[in-house]
This record gives sequence, C-alpha cells and structure tokens, in this order.
Amino acid sequence: MKALIAMSGGVDSSLAAKLMKDKGFDCIGCTMKLYHNEDAGIESSRTCCSLDDVEVARSVAYKLGMPFYVFNFTDAFRDTVIRKFIESYENGITPNPCIDCNRYMKFDKLYERAKTLGCDYIVTGHYARIEEENGKFVLKKALDETKDQSYVLYSMTQDQLVHTMFPIGSMQKTEVRAIAKESGFVNADKPDSQDICFVPNGDYASVIELQTGKESAEGNFVDKQGNNLGRHKGVIHYTIGQRKGLGVSSTEPLYVCNICPKDGNVVLGSNDDLFSREADVSDFNWISGEVPGSEFRCKAKIRYRQPEQWVTVIPTGADTVHIVFDEPQRAITPGQAAVFYDGDTVLGGGTIK
Amino acid sequence: MTERVIYLDNAATTKMSKSAINAMLPYMDSIYGNPSSLHSVGQKANEALVNARERIAKLLGCEAREITFTSGGSEADNQAIVSAARFGKSKGKKHIISTAFEHHAVLHTLSKLEKEGFEITLLDVHENGLVTPEEVREAIRENTCLVTIMYANNEIGTIQPIKEIGDICREKGVIFHTDAVQVAGHLHIDVKEQNIDMLSLSAHKFHGPKGIGALYARKGIRLTSLIEGGAQERGKRAGTENIPAIMGMAAALEESCSRIDENAEILTALRDKLIAGLSEIPHSILNGDAKKRLPGNVNFCFEGIEGESLLLLLDDKGICVSSGSACTSGSLDPSHVLLAIGRVHDIAHGSLRLSLSDENTEEEIEYTISAVKEVVEYLRSISPIWRDLVNGKKEFIIK
Repeated sequence: MKALIAMSGGVDSSLAAKLMKDKGFDCIGCTMKLYHNEDAGIESSRTCCSLDDVEVARSVAYKLGMPFYVFNFTDAFRDTVIRKFIESYENGITPNPCIDCNRYMKFDKLYERAKTLGCDYIVTGHYARIEEENGKFVLKKALDETKDQSYVLYSMTQDQLVHTMFPIGSMQKTEVRAIAKESGFVNADKPDSQDICFVPNGDYASVIELQTGKESAEGNFVDKQGNNLGRHKGVIHYTIGQRKGLGVSSTEPLYVCNICPKDGNVVLGSNDDLFSREADVSDFNWISGEVPGSEFRCKAKIRYRQPEQWVTVIPTGADTVHIVFDEPQRAITPGQAAVFYDGDTVLGGGTIK
Repeated sequence: MTERVIYLDNAATTKMSKSAINAMLPYMDSIYGNPSSLHSVGQKANEALVNARERIAKLLGCEAREITFTSGGSEADNQAIVSAARFGKSKGKKHIISTAFEHHAVLHTLSKLEKEGFEITLLDVHENGLVTPEEVREAIRENTCLVTIMYANNEIGTIQPIKEIGDICREKGVIFHTDAVQVAGHLHIDVKEQNIDMLSLSAHKFHGPKGIGALYARKGIRLTSLIEGGAQERGKRAGTENIPAIMGMAAALEESCSRIDENAEILTALRDKLIAGLSEIPHSILNGDAKKRLPGNVNFCFEGIEGESLLLLLDDKGICVSSGSACTSGSLDPSHVLLAIGRVHDIAHGSLRLSLSDENTEEEIEYTISAVKEVVEYLRSISPIWRDLVNGKKEFIIK
C-alpha cells in the first residue's frame, strides 16, 4: 500500500510519517508550497511554508528513507483560500482559512495529487481519528482533548475519510514528542504553530492590504440607533465581539456587534448585545453523507477553542440548517464554523451566516 | 519503480566522461600540490594548471591569459557583468542590454545593478525564442556599457545570432558577454572570429566535474574580483585552484569538442524524432524555434496538465526530465523563459524539457515518446481543467 504524507516540518507530521513507514507502507513525503513568502510579508520562520520548515521535512523524510517533494500549489491556494479570506473580511465576515485549507488543499488538491501518484492513502499529522462503524466512516475527536483538531476537519466526505489516515490521532502530544525525541527528530521540541501560516504575527489586515494593493476604506462607528460614534480604519480591521483597539471613549465598555460593509458602518454595543440563541448555517457537510430527516439535539461548537453547547438542529435543506442553542451564546460570528458532535463523533459542520 | 533509467536531463547536468574522471585522479593522490608553492610538488601542480589553461584557451580560440577559472557558470556570469558594469561606470556609461530569458545568474545580477542606478534594457525574445541583431543595434545607446545575451537558452535551447551581435557590438565599441554554459562542448566557439568579448562556461554541462567553470575575458577588459584573498588567477579570483576539477574540465572539453559535428548529427536526429513523436499529442506545442535550437534540446507544453505530476510519473517510468524552474524550496514555478516567449501562466505550468546526450539511443526515444503520450493522456483523464476544456466550458489555448 502506498501513502502520501503531508509534512509541514513540525513534530506531528514527522511522527505520522515514521509511523506509516513502520507499518510497512510505501511512503512519499511532501510539503505543499502554498504562497510566496513575499506576498505575506514573511521573513521569519514558525510558519508551515517557510524554507527552514521545508528543509526539516525533507531531512526527516530522507532519514526515514522516503522520497520527498515540494508541490507548488500557490495558484490553487490563492484562488481558493486567500481569495475567500479577503472577500470574507471585505464583506464583514470573519473567515477560518485553516478549515478552507484542509478542504480545498489537503483533502482536495493534495488528495488529487496522491491519486495521480498512485497512492492509496493521504496521511497528515492531525489530532483526530477516523473509524469504520456499521459500514460508514466516522470522524472522531482526538484522544488528547487539548489537541483535538476535529473542528477544522468537518468538511471531510466519506470518500476522503476512506483514503485518509491520522496516525497520531489516538496519541497524547507528550507521547508524540517523547517518541520523536527517541527517534532523534530535530523538531521534537519545536513549538506548536499558532498563527495562520500566511498571516505573520496575526496582522491579517496588513496581508489583505498587501494582497489587494489598496488600503481599506475608513468608515463610521455607530451605535444601535445609528448615531455616529467616530471614525474607524475600515471594516476589514474588525471582528464580532472585539473590544480592544476601537479607539472610542465611552462610559461603559463597547464591543463590535455588527459589521455592515455596504455603508461601511461598524456597529458598537454592550457585551449583553452580543448574546443570541439562533443562527443559520450554510454550506453544511454531513459527514455520513445523509441529511437527517427531522430536527434533533446534539452538542455544537461555534469556535475552535470553546466548550460544546447543547443545541437543537433543524435541517432546512441539503446543505443548510437552522440552530437554536439552549443558552444564549456570546458573539456568534458569521464566517466561523458551527460543528456538531454526538459524543466523540463529528456529525458535520458548516459556515455561520 | 522500474529498474531502467533513461536520463534526459543533460541540460541540468551530465554524467562525467571516463576520460574526465581519469584526468582528475592523479591530481588527488600523486600530484596534490598547491600551484602557488615554490617546491617541486607545487611546481608540478602549477605545470598542470598552465597546461589546462592553454588547452581550454585553444578550444575557444583565445589566449591562455584570457581565461579565468571560476566555480562554475553562475560565478563567471556574475563576474563578467559586474566587471563590465564597473568599467562602464568609470566612463559614465550605465546602460546594459540583455534579454528577458537569461539565466538567473545574469538576471539577478542585473537587477542588483539596477538598484545601484544602472539602466537595464531587456530585449524581446519573440515567440520563437530568438533576438534579432537589428533589435540589438537599435537598443545600443551612447551610454551602453554591456550587451549580455546568452548563446543558447538553457530551457528552450534556441541559439542566438551570436556572431552578428558580436559584430554590431564591436562596431559600436560596446562590450559583449555571452553565457555559453549550454553551448561549450556542444557547438563550435571561436571568440575572436565571433567578436565575443566575454564568455562563461561550466564543466558539468559537457561531461566534466561540477563546481568548476571558466570566464573568458578579452585582453584589456579589467576584471573585478568577487573573491578577495590571494594572487591566484592574476589576482582576480582568490582561493587555491581546484586542480583536479580544472584537469577534468580540460579533458572533458577536449573530448566534447573533438566530437561536436558527429554528436550534433546523432543528437539532431534523435531530437527531431522526439519532437515529431511528441507533436502527435493533441494540444501540445514545441517551445522555441524548431531549427535554430541546440541539437539535444526538446521543450514542450501540454495543455491541461501540471508539469509536477508529469515529471513524477515519468520518473516512475524511469525517465528523468525537468519542468519549469525549481525555486528555493525545491518546488516548481512556471519558467520565466516560457513566460518570456509569451506562454500564459497556466500553459507554462505544463511544460516538459527533455535534453539529450550522445548516450541516448533511438530505442530510448521511442520508449519516451510512448511513455509521455501515456502519462499525458492519463493526467488529462483525471484533470478537472481538461474536462472543462473538452466540454467547451473553457477555451483551448493551444489549438
């Protein structure tokens, strides 16, 4: 059996490669080149596409005795992930590019490449598990709850799950580092990546301005009644629930409650104004491939690091649902993902409208 | 993976010839001296150095003192351009003429000079990959200090009208440098007859060792040294001479030059057979002029596929070729050469360069033709872009 290992130069994917090799798979290592560093204004390391990381991935692959390639997917990444990232912010929406990268790059573009090369499996260092239950493939949370990445994998289809392996999904991070160290991997102690790879230091607005070649247009802060509260730097600079960096003085703390790209207004309000119970979710993927016939209750997450909340799910179409939380939720943010769970199993997910 | 290997990437590097290897060996174990040492062991090494320089000079039609050994083609290109630029600047001439499809050793050196205030004119290379002497003449100005145009392109193999350009530059009193890395040992060179003032070459492109090359600079052109620290190479290139590599280069160049016509005939026949075979693939196009190209160069674009996949699947069949240009990470970017001859981004991404040597056989060429046909067909069968093209959702660019 042949496997294509997506290697970032980090410890997780390096160990994933070793485990596949140990299992006797015919392995090919690869790193995806997703953007030109200049386009993101990047010089330093700590991003998945930097040269140092590629060299580490290459060295690990060679030590494991597998060929290694760098695939140039810059065109596809620009046309899918980056374009959507920019358009979202311009439309007052807060995107999650890591989810899009898994969807459009790892499990689409790279999966296609794996098939082209005659590979049976695509392998990544994600913390999540794939299991077969009653003839269907299910996506489950990692056993290491603190590292669980199932939230960003909700768009996977049955076909993709059949041909994907997450070799470290059942391991603890400490265990991964220990084995990596034992195996002599240079990256055993490398810190976990934090930022969006093409957004160094979290300054996404600068990246958007660099990419579009234009500065974002200024606009007005307004309150719920539409009264002008002052000028802002442009809609792309704000996200729902944001408090810091607004530069508006007020007797009580103000938060971004709404972003209206049409008139360029950013609506500010109190913390209480941020709470709501309902949302519509679109572009929904049911991992089983089957849309539930009626409403049901389960748990949901509306951002990556958040405790799950009870919710009632009402399917409204093939890829749309309406959700009603038991408790009001703070800052339900358009563009972020709503992901549903039944215990450890991911039922599916979509984009909050 | 098949056991068989068909090496069709001789423009990247070549296998060393037996005579080059044998020429090197004595200078590693018995004649290992430093040519700068005055004792007898050093003298013997120095003798070899003098001898190699004379032999190489003779093959290029110049004098031994006009040859400077370098670490390879890139260093020779850098030194030639920097030297001519510095010389020009001292006379108030800060305009340089080149082409858009030069090797990056030339282009990057030029952009560095541009930042220092030089003005650079990059001539159009047209769809056939050729500059015209007339355009060179028109581009020369009062303040032009250098014309640098490659002898033959490393990707599409097109051979430039070097003598004509040399004549014009001589007439106008402008220094003419040519990057002949793909040409030395493959075509006849006579720098005096062709009015070439400076020329770069690299040993590993003609079955010599890697890490050694030479810069020819006509008497009277003062070289700027890029590496300081010693009196070697008339003080223009410090560092103990790599005698084994220099001996290997001299032997390889002699051997290649002695067989230029014979090899060109064999390679041209193989090349044209390969071009004819690959032309049968629908929606494919030969890059570069069909006739004015290196005997061993074939370069095609195939619509609807990615060069990376093409290359890896051919590798799986034992065929070593190249596609695009490798960036720092080792991934493939669309080649600036193909963009320069007007291929659009998507088409340039689906390119394939096959570069032959006299070790290739007719049978290998036949196998390669059928393998490329098979792989292109397979990649198209699974390509969403190809599906759109066939269904008429997108228009074919290569008819």
